Amino acid sequence: MFTRRALMLGAGKGVLLTGLAARMYYLQVLESDRYRTLADENRISHRLLPPPRGLVTDRFGAPLAVNRQNYHIMIVREQTPDVRRTLEILDQIIELGPDTIERVERDVSRRRSFVPVTVRDNLTWDEVARVGVNAPDLPGLIIDAGRSRDYPEGPHLAHTLGYVAAVSEKELTGDPLLELPGFTIGKSGVEKVYDLALRGTAGTSQVEVNALGRVIRELEREEGESGNTVVMTLDLELQRYANQRLSDQESASAVVMDIHNGEVLALASHPSYDPNAFTNGISHKLWNSLVNNTYAPLSNKAVNGTYAPGSTFKMCVALAGLEAGIITPNQKFFCSGHLDLGNARFHCWKRGGHGWMNMHDSLKHSCDVYYYEISQKIGIDRIAAMAHKLGLGEETGIDLPNERSGLIPTKDWKEIQLGKRWQGGETLIASIGQGYVLATPLQLCTMTARLASGKAVRPHLTRDHVTPEGVTSREAEEFPDLQVSRVNLARIRDGMNGVTNELRGTGHGARIKIKGMEMAGKSGTSQVRRITMRERQTTGVLGNDELPWKYRDHALFVAFAPVDNPRYACTVVVEHGGGGSSVAGPIVRDLLLKAQELQSARQGISAANLPNSAQLRPRPAQNNRNEG
Amino acid sequence: MAMSKYRIGEDPDYVPIGRRLLLLNWTLVLLIAALSGIGFAMLYSAANGSFQPWAERQMMRFAVGSALMIVIAVTDIRVWLKLAYFSYFVALVLLVGVEIKGDIGMGAQRWINLGFFQLQPSELMKISLVLALARYFHGLTVEDSGRITLLIPPLLMVLAPAALVLRQPDLGTALLLIAGGGVIFWLAGVRMWKFALILGSALAAIPIGWQFLRDYQKNRVLTFLNPENDPLGAGYHITQSKIALGSGGLFGKGFMLGSQSHLNFLPEKQTDFIFTMLGEEFGLVGGLALLALYALVITYGYVIALRCRNQFGRLVAIGVTSTFFLYVFINIAMVMGLIPVVGVPLPLVSYGGTVMMTILVSFGLLMSVSIHRDIRISRQGNDDGRN
Repeated sequence: MFTRRALMLGAGKGVLLTGLAARMYYLQVLESDRYRTLADENRISHRLLPPPRGLVTDRFGAPLAVNRQNYHIMIVREQTPDVRRTLEILDQIIELGPDTIERVERDVSRRRSFVPVTVRDNLTWDEVARVGVNAPDLPGLIIDAGRSRDYPEGPHLAHTLGYVAAVSEKELTGDPLLELPGFTIGKSGVEKVYDLALRGTAGTSQVEVNALGRVIRELEREEGESGNTVVMTLDLELQRYANQRLSDQESASAVVMDIHNGEVLALASHPSYDPNAFTNGISHKLWNSLVNNTYAPLSNKAVNGTYAPGSTFKMCVALAGLEAGIITPNQKFFCSGHLDLGNARFHCWKRGGHGWMNMHDSLKHSCDVYYYEISQKIGIDRIAAMAHKLGLGEETGIDLPNERSGLIPTKDWKEIQLGKRWQGGETLIASIGQGYVLATPLQLCTMTARLASGKAVRPHLTRDHVTPEGVTSREAEEFPDLQVSRVNLARIRDGMNGVTNELRGTGHGARIKIKGMEMAGKSGTSQVRRITMRERQTTGVLGNDELPWKYRDHALFVAFAPVDNPRYACTVVVEHGGGGSSVAGPIVRDLLLKAQELQSARQGISAANLPNSAQLRPRPAQNNRNEG
Repeated sequence: MAMSKYRIGEDPDYVPIGRRLLLLNWTLVLLIAALSGIGFAMLYSAANGSFQPWAERQMMRFAVGSALMIVIAVTDIRVWLKLAYFSYFVALVLLVGVEIKGDIGMGAQRWINLGFFQLQPSELMKISLVLALARYFHGLTVEDSGRITLLIPPLLMVLAPAALVLRQPDLGTALLLIAGGGVIFWLAGVRMWKFALILGSALAAIPIGWQFLRDYQKNRVLTFLNPENDPLGAGYHITQSKIALGSGGLFGKGFMLGSQSHLNFLPEKQTDFIFTMLGEEFGLVGGLALLALYALVITYGYVIALRCRNQFGRLVAIGVTSTFFLYVFINIAMVMGLIPVVGVPLPLVSYGGTVMMTILVSFGLLMSVSIHRDIRISRQGNDDGRN
């Protein structure tokens, strides 16, 4: 009995032990690969190494956006015998203040004992040195060097370069790099447009961690690749000068571009802000003051501001008439100071009128009635077609975010958008660049460049094509012909020459007097309020000085230079600045003069001596063009 | 064959001490030492290559425990027979004692501090219960064991301490006590259908008993049923243990190279999960070798029982062997995720003084049975009552 039962029991145990062995075999042989993977997932932690962001330079290699070493000091609880005491000693070396000490103590007590807690950011080099010297008294303190974006030019290029800031919730794409603490991405301007190219690729570090997440050792390290350097078309010296010239105005913008290849040499919007303030998180107060500022410092008015182009639109109307064969250059129209259409009266800016005007004189004197007359014959749709040909009414495609397209009205547009029929009088108003017509300063500059070059030039900001895959040289971009008669273009340019270089031209006062550098241009003064009949009859049209700022006229001026062999186009818009020729004209003159002076000064230097000529490709043979 | 009472010196079954030492089952001692040695090595590894804080203390305990084991082994089996009920009584009183103390103290206090030694009454009970049941059934004939009235006292002897231990709460020990007791019932010849009846009613009682389980005990069972459900919570232990074992593969990661163990993903690697660490570092080969050692020890227990000529000795031998087996089985099955996590250590290998003592004392008894296997003992438990 006993023996039998004992043997049965023993057999049972044998079965159970065999079961254990089978389970072991299942886990350790059959399922082994799966568990090995799981064990490695436990053990190995992949850490991303953020790549250095690519640099941004001007066309000659001057740094515009760089990465600055940023020192911060951290404390590790388990390495310091007394956190409070250590912080107090540190407080005597570099100022911390009781608030910081309290915050750090709180943070330290919340984290695991081996996790470093940041004590202070942005240490100066002097502070770093002082902490270093006192290191023996400061156990558990680590000085860590990070990188933060720095814009050496500060506000000068804020709108073009944009800024970087911490990634927001909405911007997460699943790329783990974006989730790294302290990682920043481009939020506006070039930083945003070329963000992926500038970002580079992250490196990885494989570390062995224990169950608490403490790093035991590094297993493997693969360095990332820093972002691409972006070389801008901007000329820093000209840019600085443009900012300086605009700084007298309340709110203004300027564009200077190369009429042949569309390279933007200067792009300024005033007032500006300091992009460095965003890098480490902008204060609420500063942000609010920027947002609420009347003069909109955050907006890049050169590409995001739209204005009625005023008389600068007249070249477009005249060219449309010439191209359509509806008018001839010498055909004359009489300006009596106004034109009646139906029972509406349309005034010229000059009371009493200009008398008989041909095309050249109509531009030179900016006669409104001439354009009222011809526009009726041409019709709004032909004008609109020419405007589009010159780059108005659509985005120029510049490499900046949020570019505005402006507006060039047509009959269809009005019917669809407003549900009303086009009125004949609206063509008259459009012909002097008022009413529905809207354009950005950049578009007006593009228009001027196209008039000067006869090619469908498009503006851009980088010397090369920049993509996340790399930088490829921009093929010597031949822009397509504008498909406009050269003769007609020459007549328009002749009219613009009259504006500045002929006596009694509206822009004569703003002409360039240096021989061979003269500019041809056109002023524009665009009304932002309605002048009532009552005002005309009682007080007369109020002068700008008599009006509050926001009701004053916008001052515009577009020009190219040199007249004989055009090279540069420039547009300046001064918001509510008053008269185009008196306010915007002189700024355009100075910018075009400066651009030419810089050009001839640099020609004296051989190409090999340029700061980083290796990176710069020879430009399409233009260097010899404007020596006359 | 009635005999008169002998004085000790005249006892025909008396074996001199020197002879007893010769009769001692040295192969078994060697096996025990080998298992303990594996334990020392694993504890050395668990401390990242240091004898502190575990291996050294474990070795000292083993030294003391082995001495005690041998003293117990060479003590006449009849002394243990006489002490059986007494030791059960003491253990029961102490269990009640910690129960009362435990109510006052904080949570699950399971030991009594004797100053030099922390006595766990539940451990003492594991041995005493085997002794007491063996003593009881020793006095019954096979026919007696068929009578239900005679089965009630031993049933109470099992259930009383099991209930007390369960209240502590210590599910693992309670299970060990019930299963260990059941084994002796089985060997004493209790009918199969009675086991079936008890098992059936126990299964029926599960829903009722469920309500008496503490939350953490319920969680353990639920977690066992679906460990991946809660990988960072209660299922963490089982999941990490399986990862450690599985990643060890056929030959293991090497001594002191177990990433799961040494990077602390594996909890309690020096106590309940020490088998996992062994499996991780020495693989299937190491695990099977250890299992084989255990199987050998258990086989020795059976051999001793089968060669023993008195009922008490046979029951004690299988009783302690079965308890030992249950430790091994429950622990290894637990770390491999076959049964819920119950706090049962791996005997002789896991770090822990009291369990080491319990096991060595019970092996002392086993060897005592072996040495005194030819002594005949009367049902009354004294010399003059020989059958």
